[in-house]
Amino acid sequence: MNRSDWDWSPGEKIIADLQQWRKNFHEVEAPCVSPDGERIAAVVRMQDAPSFICETKSAWKRGFDKIWGLRFLPDNRLLAIVSAAGKWTVAVEGVPWENWFDFVWDVHVCGAGCNIVAAAQNGGAYFAVLDGIPWRSAFPSLSNLTLSPDGRHSAAVVQTVPFNSGDVFQFRKGCYTVARDGNPWPDNFLNIWDLTFSPDSHSIAAESRISVEDYTIVVDGKPWQRGFLSVWKPLFHPFDHSVTAPVKIDKGWSLAKDGEVIWQQRFFQLWHHAYSRQGNHIAAIAAPGFGRWTIAVDGKAWPLTFNHLVTDMVLSPDGERIACIGKTDAKWHIAVDAGCWDGSYDMIWEPVFSDDSRHVAVKAEKKGEICFVVDGVPLNDRFVSAWDPVFGPSSDCVLLKGITRNGVYVRHVFKLAEYNIQ
Amino acid sequence: MSYWGFRKVMSVSAKALPKVLDDSIDKAADRLAADQISAVIERLLYNEGGARLKTYMETCAHCGLCSDACHHYLSNNKDPKFSPAGKVRQTIDLIIRKKGNVSIEFIKRACEIAFTECNLCRRCVLYCPFGIDVAYLMIFVRRICHQLGVVPKFIQDTAHSHSATFNQMWVKEDEWIDTLFWQEEEAREEIPGLRIPVDQECAEIFYSVIGPEPKFRAQLIYQAAVIMNVAGMSWTMTAKPGWDSSNMCMYTGDHEMTARLKKVHFEAALRLKTKRIVMGECGHAFRSVTDVGNRYLGWKAPPLPVVHAIEFYHELISNKRINIVQKFDKPVTFHDPCNIVRGGGLHELARGIIDKTCEHFVEMHPNREHNYCCNAGGGIINCGPPYTSKRVRSNRVKADQLRDAKSWGARTIIAPCHNCHGGLEDIIKFYQLDMDIKFFSDIIYGCMDKNHPLTTEAIKKY
Repeated sequence: MNRSDWDWSPGEKIIADLQQWRKNFHEVEAPCVSPDGERIAAVVRMQDAPSFICETKSAWKRGFDKIWGLRFLPDNRLLAIVSAAGKWTVAVEGVPWENWFDFVWDVHVCGAGCNIVAAAQNGGAYFAVLDGIPWRSAFPSLSNLTLSPDGRHSAAVVQTVPFNSGDVFQFRKGCYTVARDGNPWPDNFLNIWDLTFSPDSHSIAAESRISVEDYTIVVDGKPWQRGFLSVWKPLFHPFDHSVTAPVKIDKGWSLAKDGEVIWQQRFFQLWHHAYSRQGNHIAAIAAPGFGRWTIAVDGKAWPLTFNHLVTDMVLSPDGERIACIGKTDAKWHIAVDAGCWDGSYDMIWEPVFSDDSRHVAVKAEKKGEICFVVDGVPLNDRFVSAWDPVFGPSSDCVLLKGITRNGVYVRHVFKLAEYNIQ
Repeated sequence: MSYWGFRKVMSVSAKALPKVLDDSIDKAADRLAADQISAVIERLLYNEGGARLKTYMETCAHCGLCSDACHHYLSNNKDPKFSPAGKVRQTIDLIIRKKGNVSIEFIKRACEIAFTECNLCRRCVLYCPFGIDVAYLMIFVRRICHQLGVVPKFIQDTAHSHSATFNQMWVKEDEWIDTLFWQEEEAREEIPGLRIPVDQECAEIFYSVIGPEPKFRAQLIYQAAVIMNVAGMSWTMTAKPGWDSSNMCMYTGDHEMTARLKKVHFEAALRLKTKRIVMGECGHAFRSVTDVGNRYLGWKAPPLPVVHAIEFYHELISNKRINIVQKFDKPVTFHDPCNIVRGGGLHELARGIIDKTCEHFVEMHPNREHNYCCNAGGGIINCGPPYTSKRVRSNRVKADQLRDAKSWGARTIIAPCHNCHGGLEDIIKFYQLDMDIKFFSDIIYGCMDKNHPLTTEAIKKY
């Protein structure tokens, strides 16, 4: 995704009139837009006719019995899961993969959008399909599909030992493990969830339950030596290959690294931790007490708390700033660096940092309208539907993408200086 | 069979409950070592049995006022062993007195009592002068059994399914999505253009069901889709795990997995940025989402509003989002499910729906928060076939209740809970009551105007 190539000239550009689409077709399903905002697409259907993709520039020529999972990839290509004659596959820019399957779902793409993996099933056997090529092995079940950062490897939780309905003893012996590129780890576990690849795409860590009451983290098939009352999703350090995860000990949650608890503090809850890009800070969503939610950075909680929840935590590219969404008394707020912006909303989406880490933008909803806020300053644009804001590569402008009240899809680039945002 | 003849049969049957054969309990218990039992119990009493446990145990005066509140006690000829206080006495009370030094045979019997002789219905709590929560005490016993691995086979299998698939019926991810597509296709025959939106971000409603719906009762998904589409609701279902709001782990005493299931459920709704969760007609799922799982995770209240189908249908009818064109003409009675009435206070809203949709209503007695449990709840029906006979025989009072409502003309029972359906179906069959059971969605689907879906303009008026 090279944003430098996008059109960053300030101003509003009308891309498509969706009202016209709705006149032309019986059904227009939820549209999606490309990252650069230049394209919009939707699944459309005439009565009793196959589904087609309607698109601003080049509509797909071929129709399908069913189309779902429509999305643009980070490189602006359009992907969908399609079916014809009872078989399913993935189509990119209207071109289906060569192989078709009994069912396809759970599509993932790597950061650049060049590689695509999907879960698939044929004749009751389950496997993954990476860029159209199925795994050589198939399993009785498959879940938690994941794609490596380099897009060359896929992994999933698979069942390797079939068992009859009600065979609780076989289940407890362990029937599940992780398969990487179709090759299962040698050992099985009661349960295994939430896989994560290392940044170099070589290793995999996952949550696991190793007995009825013991949970731990498994890295490349080897469990940590210590078990815990519960664990949440692990993460690899960006550089040193260590693994951290929230773990439950005694009556509280803390953070463990390679099996050893590293935070002194105990929380009522702790999850969704993240590293700064340099790996020198760890932040997580935390509940310092029952019903009080905040962010903990390197084990220390913000003084600001919310009584409903905290979600959508994001670290700035330089790792020095944190933004999140908090909900208190049924209203949503934006919190940045332990301070709360003015105003509350009916819904707020994940905050977006500028490349230079200086600015934060969010999409929010109030009284049925979608609006945007940058560094606490509400923008004038109002939409009935909109997509996440994108900062320009020089961090001095923002791209907004939305559908106006009269059904027109527009992309709007504005300079931060227009709002005196420094 | 005559009324009296039937009662005679039942009174004889109730005296001799059948011997239950659940080989998994014997098999699991026989692997236990005595010191393992005491170690687990000691750890749980120390780590989890705080002031609440101590207060309840030291407060119970054994007055017996809870006894007549319990359908197990009443249905088993008032055998004190089946009274709530009696069940506490036979299980957690002895466990504490003996400081966890109990035998394997004791654990097997405690397991049977806690899992199959108490529905955790909390009716007895209403009648206890001190408000002692016997359900809490029985769940504590179940938790001990869970940690010892001694749990009835079928409910344990359901809990295993939850842990492996995040739904209780081993429904695989593709099967779930395919079911949604299938129901959408079927419903489009009736309502052209109908959609079951999958993974649609920003919808107002995240609609969740429970595992048995795609497995056995797909028509409920069909009906919900028709209701949502005719009412012009903005809604979605998720293609990912989290679609099942049920939680049998809550009943096996597996608190960690209970919390994990609710995390997946809530995060599925939060990921799609929906405004509220609307649940299908299930009782225990409602409790697990609004009262139990959220608290295990640290949320005082659910992180986004959760609305039971009763509240939702009442809202749709009150706001005229759906119009009832012809009321259901057979006389109906209403079974108040424990978790959504005694636990959730939705009884008057339920009667509000009945008033708008049914011609003739016969109140069941006792009713509202005093209603008797169906004897399927609390996970008992999930303990499966080995316990079916015992379960139906241990709810003679429910059969009496239904028979009484029938004598006043009721032929149809409305029960907005899956477990209640299962339990009542068995009771109707065993006691030969010749009644039928419906969900609210069955009634509403049959009575609503489906020919005039709300237009966008009409929706804006509301």
